[in-house]
Amino acid sequence: MSRARIDARFARLRAEGRAGFVTYIMAGDPDPETALAILEGLPAAGADLIEVGFPFSDPLAEGPPIQRAAQRALGRGMTLQKTLDLVAAFRRKDAETPVILMGYANPLETPGYVAFARAAAEAGVDGLIVVDIPPEEADPLADALDAEDLSLIRLATPTTDDRRLPVVVRRTSGFVYYVSVAGVTGVKEADAGAVAPNVERVRAASGLPVAVGFGVRTEERAAEVARIADAVVVGSALVDEVADALAANEDVTGRVLTKVAALAKSVRTARTPSRGA
Amino acid sequence: MNKIAPLNDYTAYPDRSGRFGDYGGRYVPETLMPLVHELEAAFRAAIADPAFRGELDGYLTHYVGRPSPLYFAERLTRKFGGAKVYLKREELNHTGAHKINNCMGQILLAMRMGKTRIIAETGAGQHGVATATVCARFGLPCVVYMGAVDVERQKPNVFRMNLLGAKVEAVTSGSSTLKDAMNEALRDWVTNVHDTYYLIGSAAGPHPYPEMVREFQAVMGREAREQILQVEGRLPDAVVACVGGGSNAIGMFHPFLNDEGVRLIGVEASGDGMDTERHAAAINGGRPGVLHGNRTYLIQDPVGQITEAHSISAGLDYPGIGPEHAFLHDVGRAEYLTCTDREALDAFQLCAELEGIIPALETSHALARLPEICAELGPEGIIVVNLSGRGDKDVNTVAQALGRSI
Repeated sequence: MSRARIDARFARLRAEGRAGFVTYIMAGDPDPETALAILEGLPAAGADLIEVGFPFSDPLAEGPPIQRAAQRALGRGMTLQKTLDLVAAFRRKDAETPVILMGYANPLETPGYVAFARAAAEAGVDGLIVVDIPPEEADPLADALDAEDLSLIRLATPTTDDRRLPVVVRRTSGFVYYVSVAGVTGVKEADAGAVAPNVERVRAASGLPVAVGFGVRTEERAAEVARIADAVVVGSALVDEVADALAANEDVTGRVLTKVAALAKSVRTARTPSRGA
Repeated sequence: MNKIAPLNDYTAYPDRSGRFGDYGGRYVPETLMPLVHELEAAFRAAIADPAFRGELDGYLTHYVGRPSPLYFAERLTRKFGGAKVYLKREELNHTGAHKINNCMGQILLAMRMGKTRIIAETGAGQHGVATATVCARFGLPCVVYMGAVDVERQKPNVFRMNLLGAKVEAVTSGSSTLKDAMNEALRDWVTNVHDTYYLIGSAAGPHPYPEMVREFQAVMGREAREQILQVEGRLPDAVVACVGGGSNAIGMFHPFLNDEGVRLIGVEASGDGMDTERHAAAINGGRPGVLHGNRTYLIQDPVGQITEAHSISAGLDYPGIGPEHAFLHDVGRAEYLTCTDREALDAFQLCAELEGIIPALETSHALARLPEICAELGPEGIIVVNLSGRGDKDVNTVAQALGRSI
């Protein structure tokens, strides 16, 4: 299923002539039950693909929002196995929306890549992004994922030059994630003008759709990026909604899904002629 | 234990991909990969360049104060009643520890690469002070990331860094100690890729750092090897050093790696004891994993979350260990013992009382294992201990631990 699910989703987006909206949530944030409720609500709120973060104690590429989300999740006992359980529960109700796990290498080391890949495929995961496993270190993981037909989704960044790009896109499938700013998640803002040529470059080198993230927080920015990329990723702005809802003692699920719906609308309508949006 | 068969040349590591056997590597986000490749190329070019070597040697001689003496610790030797104890006096270096050896090498490299801003992480503050020192000397802006807990327990070093013109950023994420400072420094680097040089102080991090830090610290081992041959006419039976990240130990060990008769002994901090969860002994109490750019032994929970290390010594309070130590442990070339907070405190006082040398709490961990090693080797034996740093920075911590106010 897996790779096919991601490919089918991008084929449909192409047919609809619009960019996809990729939402990131942290497994177990703020607690396992609420995280499942959010996850189950995402497709109806407008998420085309879903990234589920599995928490790590030392997330060195994350800004404060996702660092804090990981701490909240770990505080509630979230683990890699429970993250897979979460995806499995989601899969029982949704067979079409691609789910990509995103996180760091060390939690994968404990079960080992082969056992992890098998369990992930069984849970209904479609792909994996590991922030601290660059291409140079990725072959053992890529082998394990290949055996289960899971996509290893690579990150290309502003520092990835033309000489390096072929290295980055080797053994990748599904789509390529373009990190639009040199920095951690949720701090700097993407400059769509500077991102556009890079999206073209990555698309040409990989022959795959390109999703853009790391610097997209607002509806305006999401719409700008949706005009040039195949998909727009929003993460920190969503986990901030979790934090803000908790602080204000509001309904976390409702607040996150409201934000998702607003962002999804701007992504979905970005390429259609303006009707006053 | 599965020991790999002894190898002919232990100095042949890391390999081209930055591996020491199973350990090391480059586990960093893609944004940093072009930078670590660039750094490796610049490092190789620099150390092959006689002009760079000459410049570094000049500063090591006239600014750092090298070579450091190898001193026969007569009264400690008599006290332990066994092998002769020699101390490699790294605490006499400018800034009071071995850390400056590496900082001098890396700052010259950073300038050669055209970098204009320096960042560093620090635990005890020794590496932060050494980095701030070389930045002051060469006029480069410097930001030092330090865990908020360490800022509190190493106030004199924080003030020293400020005097030297460095900005000290207190890190409050995670456990607010060295590992979190390293996370924050990596986040800075990934954000400021164009002008910033990350001056790592441990023989850890992504390749080429473990090799580079070792190279710049190996001056200690090379000197010590020459000095002991001069004084004793033979190699020592053992070389002993404390290990946190492991830069002072690897710098001492490396020139002796192929001297098979020389035992290499690292001492990890076992904090409250290995029967508790409050320790910082990655090899003795951890298992392999990936953190801060390399694969190595890590203190972690059963599902792969890094757990808080504990040691009275801020410089050893780190849940990992340099990848080359992980390798030397697995192949059996080096031994890794442990020492509790209490034992380190006793050794700290003993060295001060008997030799008139106040050692750093980090160093005290190495000193604490001497009674057994001296007894085992007997009066004919010779031991070289890396006296990696001085303990002035630790007097508040020690006074507090001894229940005295100053």
